[in-house]
Amino acid sequence: MITVNGHRIDWHEGMTIREILQVMKYSFRLLVIKVNGQLVKREAYDSTTVPDEAEVHVIHLMSGG
Amino acid sequence: MAHDPAQLKAWQAATIGIAGAGGLGSNIANLLYRAGVGKLIIADFDRITPSNLNRQFYFQDQIGRLKVEALKENLERIGGNIELSIHPIRVEALNLPELFGEAEILIEAFDRAEEKSMLLEAWTEAFPQKYYIGASGLSGVGRNESIHTEQFGNIYIIGDGCSEPIGNISPISARVTLVAAMQANLALELLLRKEDDNG
Repeated sequence: MITVNGHRIDWHEGMTIREILQVMKYSFRLLVIKVNGQLVKREAYDSTTVPDEAEVHVIHLMSGG
Repeated sequence: MAHDPAQLKAWQAATIGIAGAGGLGSNIANLLYRAGVGKLIIADFDRITPSNLNRQFYFQDQIGRLKVEALKENLERIGGNIELSIHPIRVEALNLPELFGEAEILIEAFDRAEEKSMLLEAWTEAFPQKYYIGASGLSGVGRNESIHTEQFGNIYIIGDGCSEPIGNISPISARVTLVAAMQANLALELLLRKEDDNG
Protein backbone atom coordinates (compact mmCIF):
# COMPACT_ATOMS: atom_id res chain seq x y z
CA MET A 1 0.00 0.00 0.00
CA ILE A 2 1.03 3.57 -0.64
CA THR A 3 -0.54 6.89 0.35
CA VAL A 4 -1.53 9.37 -2.35
CA ASN A 5 -2.79 12.72 -1.04
CA GLY A 6 -3.98 10.95 2.08
CA HIS A 7 -5.72 8.06 0.23
CA ARG A 8 -4.39 4.51 0.72
CA ILE A 9 -4.05 2.63 -2.58
CA ASP A 10 -2.69 -0.78 -3.60
CA TRP A 11 0.98 -0.99 -4.51
CA HIS A 12 2.85 -3.41 -6.74
CA GLU A 13 6.54 -3.88 -7.52
CA GLY A 14 7.67 -1.52 -10.29
CA MET A 15 4.66 0.83 -9.92
CA THR A 16 5.38 4.08 -11.77
CA ILE A 17 4.18 7.62 -11.21
CA ARG A 18 2.20 7.37 -14.45
CA GLU A 19 0.32 4.31 -13.13
CA ILE A 20 -0.49 6.09 -9.88
CA LEU A 21 -1.94 9.04 -11.82
CA GLN A 22 -4.09 6.61 -13.82
CA VAL A 23 -5.29 4.77 -10.72
CA MET A 24 -6.17 8.08 -9.05
CA LYS A 25 -7.77 9.36 -12.29
CA TYR A 26 -5.72 12.56 -12.02
CA SER A 27 -5.95 14.19 -15.42
CA PHE A 28 -5.08 17.78 -14.54
CA ARG A 29 -2.76 19.38 -17.06
CA LEU A 30 -0.25 20.65 -14.53
CA LEU A 31 0.84 18.64 -11.60
CA VAL A 32 3.72 18.76 -9.20
CA ILE A 33 4.55 15.42 -7.66
CA LYS A 34 6.56 14.55 -4.60
CA VAL A 35 7.43 11.04 -3.50
CA ASN A 36 8.68 10.75 0.09
CA GLY A 37 9.47 14.45 -0.03
CA GLN A 38 11.45 14.24 -3.28
CA LEU A 39 10.25 16.10 -6.35
CA VAL A 40 9.69 13.98 -9.46
CA LYS A 41 10.17 15.82 -12.73
CA ARG A 42 7.53 15.61 -15.43
CA GLU A 43 9.77 13.77 -17.87
CA ALA A 44 10.40 11.06 -15.28
CA TYR A 45 6.76 10.04 -14.62
CA ASP A 46 7.11 6.90 -16.76
CA SER A 47 10.54 5.90 -15.51
CA THR A 48 10.16 6.62 -11.79
CA THR A 49 8.96 3.74 -9.65
CA VAL A 50 7.77 4.19 -6.09
CA PRO A 51 8.63 1.94 -3.14
CA ASP A 52 6.03 0.23 -0.97
CA GLU A 53 4.64 2.48 1.79
CA ALA A 54 5.59 5.57 -0.22
CA GLU A 55 4.00 8.88 0.64
CA VAL A 56 2.96 10.54 -2.63
CA HIS A 57 1.73 14.11 -2.92
CA VAL A 58 0.13 15.32 -6.14
CA ILE A 59 -0.42 19.07 -6.36
CA HIS A 60 -2.74 20.52 -9.03
CA LEU A 61 -1.89 23.93 -10.39
CA MET A 62 -4.60 26.07 -11.98
CA SER A 63 -3.97 29.32 -13.85
CA GLY A 64 -5.08 32.68 -12.49
CA GLY A 65 -3.42 35.37 -10.48
CA MET B 1 -2.96 50.58 18.37
CA ALA B 2 0.22 49.05 17.01
CA HIS B 3 1.60 45.65 16.08
CA ASP B 4 2.63 43.33 18.91
CA PRO B 5 6.32 44.29 19.45
CA ALA B 6 7.52 40.68 19.61
CA GLN B 7 5.76 39.79 16.38
CA LEU B 8 6.87 42.95 14.66
CA LYS B 9 10.48 42.14 15.58
CA ALA B 10 10.24 38.77 13.82
CA TRP B 11 8.70 40.34 10.72
CA GLN B 12 11.20 43.19 10.59
CA ALA B 13 14.03 40.66 10.58
CA ALA B 14 12.54 38.75 7.64
CA THR B 15 12.98 38.78 3.88
CA ILE B 16 10.14 37.55 1.70
CA GLY B 17 10.24 37.01 -2.06
CA ILE B 18 7.20 37.71 -4.25
CA ALA B 19 7.30 36.28 -7.77
CA GLY B 20 4.87 38.35 -9.83
CA ALA B 21 3.35 41.79 -9.22
CA GLY B 22 -0.14 41.37 -10.67
CA GLY B 23 -3.46 40.64 -8.95
CA LEU B 24 -1.84 38.46 -6.32
CA GLY B 25 1.63 39.98 -6.03
CA SER B 26 0.75 43.67 -5.85
CA ASN B 27 -1.79 43.00 -3.10
CA ILE B 28 0.49 40.62 -1.19
CA ALA B 29 3.21 43.30 -1.24
CA ASN B 30 0.75 45.86 0.12
CA LEU B 31 -0.21 43.58 3.01
CA LEU B 32 3.32 42.50 3.93
CA TYR B 33 4.55 46.07 3.70
CA ARG B 34 1.92 47.20 6.18
CA ALA B 35 2.77 44.30 8.49
CA GLY B 36 6.34 45.62 8.64
CA VAL B 37 8.24 42.79 6.94
CA GLY B 38 11.84 44.02 6.78
CA LYS B 39 12.62 43.33 3.15
CA LEU B 40 10.53 42.42 0.13
CA ILE B 41 12.09 41.13 -3.09
CA ILE B 42 9.63 41.56 -5.96
CA ALA B 43 10.12 40.46 -9.57
CA ASP B 44 7.87 41.03 -12.59
CA PHE B 45 8.79 41.99 -16.16
CA ASP B 46 5.33 43.31 -17.07
CA ARG B 47 3.94 46.80 -17.56
CA ILE B 48 0.60 48.16 -16.31
CA THR B 49 -2.35 48.06 -18.72
CA PRO B 50 -5.84 49.54 -18.23
CA SER B 51 -7.26 46.03 -17.74
CA ASN B 52 -5.08 45.55 -14.63
CA LEU B 53 -6.81 48.30 -12.67
CA ASN B 54 -9.89 46.25 -11.79
CA ARG B 55 -7.87 44.20 -9.31
CA GLN B 56 -4.23 45.21 -9.07
CA PHE B 57 -2.71 47.78 -6.70
CA TYR B 58 -2.03 50.43 -9.37
CA PHE B 59 -3.57 53.69 -10.54
CA GLN B 60 -4.63 55.01 -13.94
CA ASP B 61 -1.80 57.52 -14.16
CA GLN B 62 0.63 54.57 -13.93
CA ILE B 63 -0.55 52.83 -17.11
CA GLY B 64 2.39 51.86 -19.31
CA ARG B 65 4.91 51.82 -16.46
CA LEU B 66 6.80 48.81 -15.18
CA LYS B 67 4.72 47.17 -12.46
CA VAL B 68 7.60 46.76 -10.02
CA GLU B 69 8.53 50.43 -10.29
CA ALA B 70 4.97 51.66 -9.81
CA LEU B 71 4.50 49.20 -6.94
CA LYS B 72 7.60 50.49 -5.16
CA GLU B 73 6.28 54.01 -5.51
CA ASN B 74 2.84 53.07 -4.17
CA LEU B 75 4.27 51.11 -1.25
CA GLU B 76 6.63 53.90 -0.27
CA ARG B 77 3.70 56.28 -0.12
CA ILE B 78 2.45 54.16 2.78
CA GLY B 79 5.65 55.02 4.64
CA GLY B 80 7.87 52.85 6.81
CA ASN B 81 11.35 51.43 6.87
CA ILE B 82 10.79 48.54 4.51
CA GLU B 83 13.56 47.64 2.10
CA LEU B 84 12.25 46.97 -1.40
CA SER B 85 14.34 45.10 -3.92
CA ILE B 86 12.60 45.24 -7.29
CA HIS B 87 13.51 43.37 -10.46
CA PRO B 88 11.81 44.14 -13.79
CA ILE B 89 12.76 40.76 -15.27
CA ARG B 90 11.16 37.43 -16.07
CA VAL B 91 11.69 34.88 -13.29
CA GLU B 92 13.17 31.66 -14.62
CA ALA B 93 14.59 28.49 -13.11
CA LEU B 94 18.10 29.75 -13.86
CA ASN B 95 17.86 33.20 -12.25
CA LEU B 96 15.61 32.17 -9.35
CA PRO B 97 18.37 31.29 -6.84
CA GLU B 98 20.14 34.58 -7.38
CA LEU B 99 16.95 36.65 -7.36
CA PHE B 100 15.27 35.14 -4.32
CA GLY B 101 18.06 33.24 -2.54
CA GLU B 102 18.03 35.69 0.33
CA ALA B 103 14.32 35.17 1.04
CA GLU B 104 13.23 32.69 3.69
CA ILE B 105 9.80 32.37 2.10
CA LEU B 106 8.90 32.59 -1.58
CA ILE B 107 5.35 33.57 -2.47
CA GLU B 108 4.21 32.59 -5.95
CA ALA B 109 2.03 35.25 -7.53
CA PHE B 110 2.05 34.22 -11.17
CA ASP B 111 -0.86 33.93 -13.56
CA ARG B 112 -0.18 30.89 -15.75
CA ALA B 113 -0.12 27.36 -14.37
CA GLU B 114 2.98 26.54 -16.45
CA GLU B 115 4.87 29.36 -14.74
CA LYS B 116 3.62 28.30 -11.32
CA SER B 117 4.83 24.78 -11.97
CA MET B 118 8.26 26.00 -13.13
CA LEU B 119 8.63 28.16 -10.03
CA LEU B 120 7.60 25.46 -7.58
CA GLU B 121 9.98 22.93 -9.13
CA ALA B 122 12.90 25.36 -9.33
CA TRP B 123 12.43 26.62 -5.76
CA THR B 124 12.05 23.15 -4.28
CA GLU B 125 15.15 22.02 -6.11
CA ALA B 126 17.26 25.04 -5.13
CA PHE B 127 16.01 25.46 -1.54
CA PRO B 128 14.24 22.28 -0.40
CA GLN B 129 14.31 23.46 3.23
CA LYS B 130 12.61 26.81 2.62
CA TYR B 131 8.92 27.69 2.64
CA TYR B 132 6.94 28.17 -0.57
CA ILE B 133 3.41 29.61 -0.71
CA GLY B 134 1.63 29.19 -4.04
CA ALA B 135 -1.85 29.95 -5.35
CA SER B 136 -4.06 27.65 -7.39
CA GLY B 137 -7.67 28.38 -8.29
CA LEU B 138 -9.00 31.88 -7.69
CA SER B 139 -11.26 32.65 -10.65
CA GLY B 140 -14.90 33.65 -10.42
CA VAL B 141 -16.74 35.17 -7.52
CA GLY B 142 -18.12 34.08 -4.14
CA ARG B 143 -17.61 30.53 -2.86
CA ASN B 144 -15.55 31.75 0.10
CA GLU B 145 -15.76 28.32 1.68
CA SER B 146 -14.00 26.64 -1.25
CA ILE B 147 -10.76 28.55 -0.69
CA HIS B 148 -8.41 26.57 1.47
CA THR B 149 -4.74 25.83 2.18
CA GLU B 150 -3.08 22.54 1.23
CA GLN B 151 0.23 21.66 2.79
CA PHE B 152 2.91 19.35 1.37
CA GLY B 153 5.88 19.56 3.73
CA ASN B 154 7.07 23.16 3.49
CA ILE B 155 5.04 23.81 0.34
CA TYR B 156 1.65 25.47 0.81
CA ILE B 157 -0.92 26.00 -1.96
CA ILE B 158 -3.89 28.32 -1.42
CA GLY B 159 -7.02 28.60 -3.54
CA ASP B 160 -10.06 26.57 -4.53
CA GLY B 161 -7.81 24.16 -6.45
CA CYS B 162 -10.21 23.91 -9.38
CA SER B 163 -11.25 27.21 -11.02
CA GLU B 164 -9.42 28.66 -14.02
CA PRO B 165 -9.91 31.87 -16.00
CA ILE B 166 -12.26 31.46 -18.96
CA GLY B 167 -11.29 33.29 -22.16
CA ASN B 168 -10.57 36.93 -21.55
CA ILE B 169 -12.42 37.18 -18.26
CA SER B 170 -10.14 38.56 -15.57
CA PRO B 171 -10.12 37.38 -11.97
CA ILE B 172 -12.43 39.38 -9.70
CA SER B 173 -10.69 41.73 -7.31
CA ALA B 174 -12.38 40.40 -4.17
CA ARG B 175 -11.56 36.75 -4.82
CA VAL B 176 -7.98 37.18 -6.06
CA THR B 177 -7.28 39.54 -3.16
CA LEU B 178 -8.77 37.00 -0.77
CA VAL B 179 -6.22 34.43 -1.92
CA ALA B 180 -3.46 37.07 -1.82
CA ALA B 181 -4.43 37.94 1.76
CA MET B 182 -4.34 34.27 2.76
CA GLN B 183 -0.88 33.91 1.22
CA ALA B 184 0.37 36.97 3.10
CA ASN B 185 -1.34 35.87 6.32
CA LEU B 186 0.30 32.44 6.14
CA ALA B 187 3.73 33.98 5.44
CA LEU B 188 3.43 36.12 8.57
CA GLU B 189 2.42 33.08 10.60
CA LEU B 190 5.34 31.01 9.30
CA LEU B 191 7.78 33.76 10.25
CA LEU B 192 6.53 33.61 13.84
CA ARG B 193 6.72 29.82 13.84
CA LYS B 194 10.33 30.05 12.68
CA GLU B 195 10.99 32.43 15.53
CA ASP B 196 9.54 29.89 17.99
CA ASP B 197 11.69 27.11 16.54
CA ASN B 198 14.81 29.21 17.07
CA GLY B 199 13.77 29.65 20.70
